[in-house]
Amino acid sequence: MKDTICAISTAPGKGAIILIKVSGDDAIKIVNKIFITKDLENEKTHTIHYGFLKDEKKLLDEVMVSIMKAPKTFTKEDVVEINIHGSMVIANEVITSLIKNGCRMAEPGEFTKRAFLNGRINLPEAEAVMDLIESKTKASKNLALNNVSGKFTKMINELKKDLMRITTNIAVNIDYPEYEDEVEVTNNLLKEGIKNYKEKLKKILKEAETGKIIKEGIDTVILGSPNVGKSSILNSLLGEEKAIVTDVPGTTRDIVEGTINIEGILLNIKDTAGIRKTRDDVEKIGVERSIKSIENAELVLYVINNNEPLNKEEIKRIENLKQKNLIVIINKVDLKRKIKLEEIEKYHPIFISAQKNLGFDELKKEITKMFNLEKIDLKDATYLTNARQVGIIENILEKIKEIEQAIKEKNPVDMIEIDIKEILKLLNEILGETYEDEVINAMFKNFCLGK
Amino acid sequence: MEYDIIIVGGGHAGCEAAYTSAKLNNKALLITSNIKNIADMPCNPSIGGPAKGIIVREIDALGGIMGKVTDKSKLQIKMLNTKKGPAVQALRAQADKITYPKEMLRRLNGEENLEILEGMVDALIVEKNQIKGVILENGQKYYAKAVILTTGTYMKADILVGSTRTRKGPHDEKPSENLSTSLKSLGFKILRLKTGTPQRIQKDTINYSKMSIQPGDSIQRFFSFDDNEEYDTTKQIDCHLVYTTEKTHQIIKENLSKSSMYGGLDDIEGVGPRYCPSIEDKVTRFSDKERHQLFLEPESIYYDHMYLQGFSTSLPHNVQEKMLKTLNGFENAKIIKYAYAIEYDAIYPTQLHASLETKIVKNLFTAGQINGTSGYEEAACQGLLAGINASQKIKGKTPLILKRNEAYIGVLIDDLITKGTKEPYRMLTSRAEYRLLLRHDNADLRLRKYGIELGLISKDQKEKFNQKLKEIKELENILKTKIITPTKEMNQILESFKTSKLKDKISLFDLLKRPELSIKEIKKIFNFSYSKEVEEQIEIAAKYEGYIKKANLAADKMIQLEGKHIPENIDYNQIKNLASEARQKLIEIKPTTIAQASRISGVNPADISILMIYLKKGEKND
Repeated sequence: MKDTICAISTAPGKGAIILIKVSGDDAIKIVNKIFITKDLENEKTHTIHYGFLKDEKKLLDEVMVSIMKAPKTFTKEDVVEINIHGSMVIANEVITSLIKNGCRMAEPGEFTKRAFLNGRINLPEAEAVMDLIESKTKASKNLALNNVSGKFTKMINELKKDLMRITTNIAVNIDYPEYEDEVEVTNNLLKEGIKNYKEKLKKILKEAETGKIIKEGIDTVILGSPNVGKSSILNSLLGEEKAIVTDVPGTTRDIVEGTINIEGILLNIKDTAGIRKTRDDVEKIGVERSIKSIENAELVLYVINNNEPLNKEEIKRIENLKQKNLIVIINKVDLKRKIKLEEIEKYHPIFISAQKNLGFDELKKEITKMFNLEKIDLKDATYLTNARQVGIIENILEKIKEIEQAIKEKNPVDMIEIDIKEILKLLNEILGETYEDEVINAMFKNFCLGK
Repeated sequence: MEYDIIIVGGGHAGCEAAYTSAKLNNKALLITSNIKNIADMPCNPSIGGPAKGIIVREIDALGGIMGKVTDKSKLQIKMLNTKKGPAVQALRAQADKITYPKEMLRRLNGEENLEILEGMVDALIVEKNQIKGVILENGQKYYAKAVILTTGTYMKADILVGSTRTRKGPHDEKPSENLSTSLKSLGFKILRLKTGTPQRIQKDTINYSKMSIQPGDSIQRFFSFDDNEEYDTTKQIDCHLVYTTEKTHQIIKENLSKSSMYGGLDDIEGVGPRYCPSIEDKVTRFSDKERHQLFLEPESIYYDHMYLQGFSTSLPHNVQEKMLKTLNGFENAKIIKYAYAIEYDAIYPTQLHASLETKIVKNLFTAGQINGTSGYEEAACQGLLAGINASQKIKGKTPLILKRNEAYIGVLIDDLITKGTKEPYRMLTSRAEYRLLLRHDNADLRLRKYGIELGLISKDQKEKFNQKLKEIKELENILKTKIITPTKEMNQILESFKTSKLKDKISLFDLLKRPELSIKEIKKIFNFSYSKEVEEQIEIAAKYEGYIKKANLAADKMIQLEGKHIPENIDYNQIKNLASEARQKLIEIKPTTIAQASRISGVNPADISILMIYLKKGEKND
């Protein structure tokens, strides 16, 4: 029913071994056609076999083949893994031969998709596998790994459990009104529970920001007037010549990007065109882009020139950035000081000389402090990591507000329970599950009821 | 003999089915093994309760008779959950076990189109996958265009007490030995279920002084929307509350191995309902509870025994005696009838269409416990719908299928045919996702129109209903258009109602939304006079407007999916990427709409998306 797919599973590039994965109803049958050493179809599941691959008369490689029969495999389908020697030429030959014998080349992420569709992993776990494949830092890899292992699912299930307890109790109160030994859920009781719940969700949402930082890094822009040395700072940070550095103001007309790793966290830095009034059309576009990039930035590095007095306009510009995570950098400290320090002292500026490569450690320290990077739990992290999940939690917080209002208006508990059930449904949505008769099952499991 | 509709079984499902079939001008035959047991209540003597009480109202709104018969035979009636919102309030009556069947039989006998026959149906006559009639034990054949099976717990019934298993039905009646075999040979998958009933205790051997009284309501209550006859609320009969003791628990624990379910019998396959645990179940599973509640309920003014709810067990007789004597007030009590469990055959309800017609045999309908449900009300409402839909089918009309946002009956049937059941299915409010729309008070507003269309509602009843609709609209209009302004006088009045002053003008309808105000206060501001029922509707509409809107919005979403039909000839094997469990369930249940498919357990949102994309592609190709 399911067609059989194959793909190279190891990262592209040089390595001693390349792993080719095959999954589907005919996985074993197809590999068996080119494996000449023994009959794999007669072998037990979860065994590994040494032998040779041959395509018609041509010997392909000396290999190790693992066979794993459904359902105890990653995709819950029959899976075969072929370890071949680390040559892309051989790999291509083997793949071609597999396709010739009935396989189809897997689409990107298709193994994970099958694992999800066959119920082997749930939605957040599938998302995490994708994150894992794409993770760029060790921290984001750890985060994805924790989610793959179901830690995230556990966190959501904990959230569900709290609410389940309340709804089930209310359901018991409704369906067994005369059972006096079960606690009657009242508005006051509910109020307390909801308050704690709200705190919990808010904490999770706050931590989600950290999750986003781990996964995606901190979006940073370097701002400042033309020719204050923004590009030099970027280049120093990156340790390479990425931006053109000249003495002519307005050289950077586009946004130049690069990433550096501070304490395991990515800093995605954008260098921008210097902001100034200009008649040059091309430069104008650059300036507009710079201003726009501020909106999305999580960190602004504002660079000023030690060697040039600040004008009022610029002081005002810095003032306007107050709402942002802002670090003011005074560049060219190796030159004569012409700025008045007292004008910007309140921003605790960092002194740098891009030319002489001075002050960058202080800058990194300041960033670490600002985002609490040292405190981020990189090993044991369980955070919401994507917009879909964050969106749902935000939606739940809205519902909580409605519930608080309803409690205030003294609505009957059984009405408010309808909202609570909505939240349970949303939590199930995070997990990609449907809302079934969970309340009823819990009712009879946890409460003593009946005639 | 040739009939339009034959109904097999005279329990609560059979009675509604027979009454409705006849009322809809079909020549109907009700076959029961014992006329004395028509509308028998073999278990608890009460009708209604949370959710169930609303089902009785729905039956009445559609034109069924359970509500009317209950009103005539009640010993006590009360509204439950009065301290909660209107959505979960429901009536429960104690019905007299002698009067109820008598009143039911009287009404059935009053139907000219209905014949009642005593006999045991052994097999079905089926030709080309269509029902043609039934064959009795004595070989007699009866033919009909449609047949409704309402066999209750009688198919291959076994009574279990301690370590004994006896093939017989409730009251030692003869069970049906061959019908389920006949169904099996037609291709039906058979399900084995189990339920139980507690002891009956001799009235005058009980000392009531040690128990707390559970009286009926002091205001008059009725299940039926029509012809309510006044009664004296002071003449109702009380129920009593009893508790198990430490001693009771000790005896149960010591004798546990003698219970049929705990080793007394080793061949039990029937699955019992979780909501009716035996007392040994409760004591074992909730061992930290010091006591359990029991309710002592009157069975009939003509009987000399009482029903002890909560004490259901399959322990041997001598242990039951010992247990009973440990209860306060039962030191000298005498058991008239021992508790027992009963095991019986049912069919997997996923083998039914939403009309309750079987998928395997055309024009064959099933209703009640044979479909895996439990409870008189659950049975009766299925009987009513089976009666309606059998009649519609033979007349070539479309079946009445109630949606989940229209009636508990709709929820019940949809659950049965979509999810199936592993235990006897009981209706609970938590099963209804739109319970705010499915209230006791608005059952007629939701359903009477169908009763009228079908012809189950008399002309008088119809006029009364239309008048009510008109008055509700009138009153709503009055309250929404009558605007009050923040004058000094008005604010003084409001102050006297202990509600805040006005700052701006407001309609009376919006003013009614304030939690501290009811329609009583509104009337003092602007006088009007309508019936209690009409005023209640407006009060609920105002007070819960937000919630009702939300519920309607959710229901609309569901209805939209309900409108997305899945073609009957769909080949799920052709759809790539469906999860294997989902594929298997979809093939088995054959949902008719996307909404129904989404309710099947094991079919996840991802599967639904894939299914919808597949259907959309098909549309484009056509």
